[in-house]
Amino acid sequence: MTESAVIVLEELPPPPSDPEYAELGGVPMAAKYGLKQSGKRPALLDYVRVLWARRHFITGYATAKNRALYSDAKLGQIWQLLTPILNVAVYDFVFGFLFNQSRGVHDFLLFLVIGVFLFNFLQTAMVYGSRSISDQLVLIRALHFPRACLPISATVIQLQQLAFSMVIVLAVALGTGQTPTWRWVLVIPALVLLFLFNTGMAMIVARMGSVLTDTSQLLPFILRTWMYVSGVMYSLASVLKDHPFFEHHPWMINVAYYNPAALFITLMRNCLMTNDYAVKYAWQSPLYQPPGAWLIMLGWAVLVGIGGFVYFWKAEEQYGRG
Amino acid sequence: MAEKQTILPSQILRAVQGVEGEHSLSDEEIVQMRAQILEERAKRRAEAATNKPTVIVDNLNIIYRIHGAGTGRGSATGALSRIVSRRTSPTVKEVHAVRGISFVARRGESIGLIGRNGSGKSTTLAAIAGLLPPEKGGGVYTDGQPALLGINAALMPDLTGERNVIVGCLAMGMSKAEAKAAYQGIVDFSRIEDTNPHAMSLPMKAYSSGMAARLRFSIAASREQDVLMIDEALATGDAKFQAQSEARIRELRESAGTVFVVSHSMGAIRDTCDRVIWIEAGKILMDGDVDEVADAYETWSKQS
Repeated sequence: MTESAVIVLEELPPPPSDPEYAELGGVPMAAKYGLKQSGKRPALLDYVRVLWARRHFITGYATAKNRALYSDAKLGQIWQLLTPILNVAVYDFVFGFLFNQSRGVHDFLLFLVIGVFLFNFLQTAMVYGSRSISDQLVLIRALHFPRACLPISATVIQLQQLAFSMVIVLAVALGTGQTPTWRWVLVIPALVLLFLFNTGMAMIVARMGSVLTDTSQLLPFILRTWMYVSGVMYSLASVLKDHPFFEHHPWMINVAYYNPAALFITLMRNCLMTNDYAVKYAWQSPLYQPPGAWLIMLGWAVLVGIGGFVYFWKAEEQYGRG
Repeated sequence: MAEKQTILPSQILRAVQGVEGEHSLSDEEIVQMRAQILEERAKRRAEAATNKPTVIVDNLNIIYRIHGAGTGRGSATGALSRIVSRRTSPTVKEVHAVRGISFVARRGESIGLIGRNGSGKSTTLAAIAGLLPPEKGGGVYTDGQPALLGINAALMPDLTGERNVIVGCLAMGMSKAEAKAAYQGIVDFSRIEDTNPHAMSLPMKAYSSGMAARLRFSIAASREQDVLMIDEALATGDAKFQAQSEARIRELRESAGTVFVVSHSMGAIRDTCDRVIWIEAGKILMDGDVDEVADAYETWSKQS
């Protein structure tokens, strides 16, 4: 039964070829039986279709991840509320008390919580988005699903966290004597646009993070700079007003106000805060809303949302590489 | 009869060779069973030869490009200018891992890939799964989407076993109801609750590598995959689970799927595969019947 002869690799006969393959060749044979090139990126519309079919995976994965987030902590799910509260307490102490930034801003606490929570949504969506591919290589390699599920899931997780934060925002608004008006309803379309924008950003950094590991190193610095130029903890007006640079380059004021992070935050503040002196001081008011704000915001959301999706889809076949 | 089914082809082969004498079978029975195994295998292979192909590997070449090899980290300014100008780094080393492999796999085939470490087995599987883009002039064509099970740790380490099963099912494209329906079957098959009744409510990072491998295999094997590829994924399971998952592999093969197995255990290869491809230095050395190729490989391994 056993071969006792010595085996010399060079002397082995060439392996037999499949007769049909030898006759037809690879590509015609694949065409004959309707086989598809493995790992080939589907067309954009097909991609959208399979992505929609996996929507339960996206939400199921996000919910499971969210529940697991604080499972190691003793206080458990209470941290969902405690984390944003502590965040605001720190910022209120530093910027409201130490730096006394509340000058000129009525209801500084409400002003602060909206800024901090909304920017935090953008920030965490991008940080977790950038790692969503590189951290889940095992899952990507074992099971086949459209990879865009992962950065979208990362953003959904942050949206779920934002829901807790929004409860605090509403509590602060009511607690500081704001009366609900019809403008409060506008919070919902604003959040939809912000979600679209953040998903696009998450997909862009997810693709970058999947090939360039330096992305996650660099991202915190970019995000911190973005936070400080977006009037999160203080009003943009208080910085722009007497600054020599902006006096010489007045067009930069528009750049500052139309930057998506500042625009989203300003709009949300104007939805929830009474704003009777913005008209008087124009761009020097802490709640100044630049003209066409909603339209520009829609533009940002569509541009970055769709652009990010297409950018991510273009490298779909490469994400398993690691 | 029941006794007969638990005796695996590799055990019979060893008995024929007279290597292991611990069994209750007479010599005639052994010869008879060996003949039966060979006959069934020849029949299966003859049938499979005319089946529809599921995987066509056509002159596959895979080159890994490894950054920063040789000269350490390189200078920061150099790296920046390369990123800006999109030039490839001079320190990139190319590793030609798979060199012009061609073969066709058909429905009902179970194919073992053998060869030394670094010979290109896992790279070939990754390319079939569509994870590694092939070089120009060749390609991999598949029927449906192949699933690849590797040796790696948990799917989603911070989630509980229960969540891993449900979310894993959803990722494979099941609906919520289908995932719920499949759940108990997967847990039962994995036998994870045999040793610890609370195992499913523990995060998967708390599992031993064997437990994690069992659950992962159970999830991926729960669905009728057209092409299932197992890369040493069963090596960490205990003997009982290995026997059970090998039975599942034979089942998948019978339900007209194609199964690829990478393993260094010739016993596992002989028990699950009809056909074996021996890969050495990125090229196919032999491609044929399991006994013929495995014997040659074992002889060659011993002589050097």
